[in-house]
Amino acid sequence: MKSIKVLGSGCKTCVNTAKLIEDKAQALGIAVEIEKVTDMAAIVGYGVMSTPGVVVDGRVVHAGGMPKPDAVESWLKP
Amino acid sequence: MFDLFTWLADWSAYHLLGLEQGSRLAEAVHFFVEDTAKIFVLLVAIVFVMGLFRTLLSPEKVRGYIEGRSRGMAYLLAVTLGAVTPFCSCSSVPLFIGFLEAGIPLGVTMAFLITSPLVNEVAVVILASIMGWEMTAVYVAAGLGVGLIGGILIDRLHLERHVEDYVWKIRMGALAEIEADSSLGGRVRYAWGEVTDIVGRLWLYVVIGIAIGAALHGYVPEELFARYAGADNPFAVPVAVLLGLPLYSNATGIIPVAEALIAKGVPIGTVIAFMMSVVGLSVPEFIMLRKVLKPPMLVFFGVFLTVAFIVVGVLLNALFG
Repeated sequence: MKSIKVLGSGCKTCVNTAKLIEDKAQALGIAVEIEKVTDMAAIVGYGVMSTPGVVVDGRVVHAGGMPKPDAVESWLKP
Repeated sequence: MFDLFTWLADWSAYHLLGLEQGSRLAEAVHFFVEDTAKIFVLLVAIVFVMGLFRTLLSPEKVRGYIEGRSRGMAYLLAVTLGAVTPFCSCSSVPLFIGFLEAGIPLGVTMAFLITSPLVNEVAVVILASIMGWEMTAVYVAAGLGVGLIGGILIDRLHLERHVEDYVWKIRMGALAEIEADSSLGGRVRYAWGEVTDIVGRLWLYVVIGIAIGAALHGYVPEELFARYAGADNPFAVPVAVLLGLPLYSNATGIIPVAEALIAKGVPIGTVIAFMMSVVGLSVPEFIMLRKVLKPPMLVFFGVFLTVAFIVVGVLLNALFG
């Protein structure tokens, strides 16, 4: 199972990002565990200054703005 | 170069809809069509071109540029890069923490945060295309000036103690390196993604702004503005700023409203003060900044901006009136 963290202050874009990943994972039939990280110390601890950020299995793959759907797909695929 | 849009508006209002030239509805429709076409074409073009250069500027890069500079250079970089670096207002807090963590002074960080919403490259090009380079230069100079003075004031007053204590303790991880497809195809795909993303986020502000502008242009008589917002009314600027405070729009969305106000003879200083007040201060951003700023600093921030916008308005009216 992939562990995905969405880093963000809880703004609309961050919520939409989590939703997009969830939907994509479901469509692809991939089991994921999505966690929303809103603690600022934790967010900058990942070296991310632009939110939303996305961390897949401990690696930061995205920072700032809505991720593109095909990028999300590439993170999810094994 | 922009005649095409005027022609399109002429054709839509007088030919397609058969409206009588000079009638109120025709004026409003003409304004709406011309501004909608012009602003959206420019918006798409500018965002696309900026998207191609995506790797040039991000808050993380800016942090690197400013880090370790002398104070004067840091301020200069903060306000100019603040003007051209796009970031979502929901990133204000991590950006704030990231800057302070790199040892960038609080004043410089605040200068960046103040300038960023006021001035951006999209708004500058659209403003210039609609109201000419002179007004645009005045607006940009005023925006950079407010950011610069705000930052220096925060520095001089040593407001660091009004930043939440936990902020100073945060240690930032190594900046995340995100792989990017830097081939031409990758850049084009990214740029197009930016267009759909940003236009998707802004279009409603822009359409509402144009609709308000069109309604003002077509239906509100000039005498009304002359009576209440004329150059001889000393309260016009403060009232315009106070009216703008609770309103929020993106810098691009407020341009058509400003255009209509200028055309109705409202003085340039009053219009710019109103624009800045709508764009530069918003309730959501305040709530966000409360996470890192203690109440006295937040109050200072709000009062400073309000006063600064009023001073800008009065000063510009005196200079250009």
